[in-house]
Amino acid sequence: MSQKHEEDCMTNRDGHGPICLIVNGQSCAVEVDRETPLLSVLRDDLGMLGTRTGCLEGRCGSCTVHVDGRAVQTCTTPVWSVADQRIDTIDAAAPGTLIARVRDAFLDEQAAQCGYCVNGIIMTIASLIAGPAVPDRGHILTVLDERHLCRCGAHPRMLRALDRLLAEAVA
Amino acid sequence: MMDLPVNLKNNPMLDRWLGVDADGLMVRSGKVELGQGIATAMAAIAASELRVDPVKIRVMPTDTALAPNEGYTAGSFSIEHGGPAMRVAAALTRQVFADAAARHLGAEVDDLVVQDGLFRLPGQNAAVSYAELAGAVDLHVSAFDLGFPRLLGVEDSAVGLRRPDLPSKLSGAAFVQDIRLPGMLFGRILRPTSPNLRLVEFDRAQVASLPGVVSVVVQGSFAGVVARRDDQALAAIAVARKSARWAAISALPKDDDALSWMDVMPIPPRVVVAAEGAAPQGRRLEASFVRPYLLHASVGPTCAVADWRDNGATIYTHSQGVYPLRVQIARVLGLAVESLTLIHAHGAGCYGHNGADDVALDAALLARAVHAPVMVLWSRVDEMTWSPHAAAMRVDLAATLSDEGRITDWECRVESTPHLARPGMGEDPNLLAAAELEGPVPTAPQLAKPPVATPGFSISDRGGDRNARPLYDLPRLTVLHHELPQGPLRSSAMRALGAHLNVFAIEGFLDELAQAAGCDPLEFRLRHMTDPRAVAVIMAAADAADWDENDAGAEGIGRGIAFARYKNTGAYYACVVRVAVDENVRVLSVHGAADAGRVIHPDGLLNQIEGGVVQAASWTLLERAGWSEDGFTVQGWDSYPIWGFRDIPPISTTVIPSREASLGAGECAAGPVAAAIGNAVAHALGVRVRQMPITRDRLMAAIQGEMG
Repeated sequence: MSQKHEEDCMTNRDGHGPICLIVNGQSCAVEVDRETPLLSVLRDDLGMLGTRTGCLEGRCGSCTVHVDGRAVQTCTTPVWSVADQRIDTIDAAAPGTLIARVRDAFLDEQAAQCGYCVNGIIMTIASLIAGPAVPDRGHILTVLDERHLCRCGAHPRMLRALDRLLAEAVA
Repeated sequence: MMDLPVNLKNNPMLDRWLGVDADGLMVRSGKVELGQGIATAMAAIAASELRVDPVKIRVMPTDTALAPNEGYTAGSFSIEHGGPAMRVAAALTRQVFADAAARHLGAEVDDLVVQDGLFRLPGQNAAVSYAELAGAVDLHVSAFDLGFPRLLGVEDSAVGLRRPDLPSKLSGAAFVQDIRLPGMLFGRILRPTSPNLRLVEFDRAQVASLPGVVSVVVQGSFAGVVARRDDQALAAIAVARKSARWAAISALPKDDDALSWMDVMPIPPRVVVAAEGAAPQGRRLEASFVRPYLLHASVGPTCAVADWRDNGATIYTHSQGVYPLRVQIARVLGLAVESLTLIHAHGAGCYGHNGADDVALDAALLARAVHAPVMVLWSRVDEMTWSPHAAAMRVDLAATLSDEGRITDWECRVESTPHLARPGMGEDPNLLAAAELEGPVPTAPQLAKPPVATPGFSISDRGGDRNARPLYDLPRLTVLHHELPQGPLRSSAMRALGAHLNVFAIEGFLDELAQAAGCDPLEFRLRHMTDPRAVAVIMAAADAADWDENDAGAEGIGRGIAFARYKNTGAYYACVVRVAVDENVRVLSVHGAADAGRVIHPDGLLNQIEGGVVQAASWTLLERAGWSEDGFTVQGWDSYPIWGFRDIPPISTTVIPSREASLGAGECAAGPVAAAIGNAVAHALGVRVRQMPITRDRLMAAIQGEMG
């Protein structure tokens, strides 16, 4: 594994050489097997440890990040498939960004018990309320149930955080 | 003089509990953070005696080299037992510092006041802080030499207190899975797909040649791979699985239905309560209730890091009992206990004895083989098959009703697999790999002998009989517990232990008896209850839900009420649940009420109860783990559905104000929620489902049974 500067970064789509990623606004090149899950690259090569390792079967959602603004489960995403795309993780969410606003709403509601699943849920909610249209609560819940699990039962608090964000979106 | 709390007597040196450096105050509890917020509560307790802002107290990890030994963090004992010890230790620390402050300020200690972490004379500007006095104070002093301190008691500072651990958890590295030591390698373990299989062999040379593989470790039927990257270790295990040969070491009962296989194991009962006198005459009713094996099913993978040095190791673990685990790992490895340091690191939600202890031994074995730090993570399927399950249970109840509609006799027979098989509780280590290794350590994975005493953790029941004794006034009572020492699946403690099914059974049967007596379920409970705190929570839940005794139910809508005091010594909780039943059961609302005595951290209490409601509803309506001819029936999340966001009803909790002693509350909701759901379903349908989970199939069977 190595990380190179942006000028060296040119993803070779034939499967040889480094793969270029744009993670939290920084370009970097990683030399790993191209089928390596994005999760593994984020955590073990780039140190983005706020992106959690969960089920590795694309169900619990704790590994969710944004790829070009879309919420993506990184445990089932081979790194080659996101080359040259913009990847945002919770690790680098600066104050004032949408991800940070969603996180603040979760902290305001103390919407966690163990907190392990929460980062992925924050990323999915942030992607769903990002657009100009007023987000549909029912649709958000459907997506959350398709892509996320919480075992501690912190859902009531997370729903309060979501409702706080939806109220802000309408206001 | 008041007696010191037991956990402080067992760990009397103050520097085990508290510390001060230039950055301020630190606390170390032997009770570990499991996601339940105990770190916040301990900071709040210490802060109220030290008179500092709780957010300024650093909560340090439970480390066997430094922290007090309080046994396991389990049984809802942390606030009840760990809390008073922390309170007295903090008050003694304040007194030691007050003496130093008096010398520093040239004042009499009795004249000093302490506020916001500063000691001063009233009305004067000169002040000195804990941090400034750090160099002048030695906390390596025994509580026995200081006597019982003056307690300042609870401040309201914990109202609105936010959990200090959450900001980092919601942004970056925070969990055991996030530890990165220099030179750390990654290990994965090869485990069978059926509870009765053992590994015979696999192509080790092939696995050893795979990219990144550093070592293939095989000892007996324990087999693991150590690699430079976790994804490489995972890939190597997948290859190993393809060439693996397995042998059956026992036969599985054909049917995994708890009603059938338990009866074939003749176990003499333990008499929990023996009835006196002759059984009265009257109308006799009987009913049986069943719960299958359940899973902890934490979202994060079970994980540990072992850092092997010379002839010992530091192990980072999310175990509930670092001290007892240390003893058992040392025993399995043939090491002196002192050669191991176990440091608690936060894990994903822990609801009882899960795989955390097992993976710590896995990591130690791999680290010993490669003499390097190794992180081991379990796969999702290993998590859901090889970590201890919540015990399967069956409860048979019988009662006699008098003509006046009073219960005159109650008989309870509980059958269960082990609920209390934590490492250190029995004769065997009960660590998964210990049963796989060849060697002199006893290898039976289950508990054969009654548990032994562990410091700071008193066991008053065997788990299966937890809450088997109703709190109601029953003139004649029998409680028997048959514990199968080894069920088909590994089992141990999960949140509420036997209370989940025992309360489901007791409170369900009470509704059946009430119906037989022609009495409203609320009225029937109050008729048999004299404990005023119990009456208060039952009434508070009923009032919050606008309980209507004339509500006839049916049309697929029903409501049920249930109550329990956890362990009959912990928090009181009652709730009214409303459900809609069509093809499945939908919970419409949960109105609960709790009396947990003096509340340390109000939001923490509410969070625990809300989470307990959601988890118990999920167990009761959806969850089941078992086996078939092909092995474990659960293979991952798809075969073990749990409640999601759209299942969540409005949940309210009325907390009864109290200045009584604090009571453990983390497990109090489980039994009553399950029972109130069962009662609401019966109210909606007119027939009762006595077997969990209450699924579509069971609803259909119950309706057809009634019609047939």
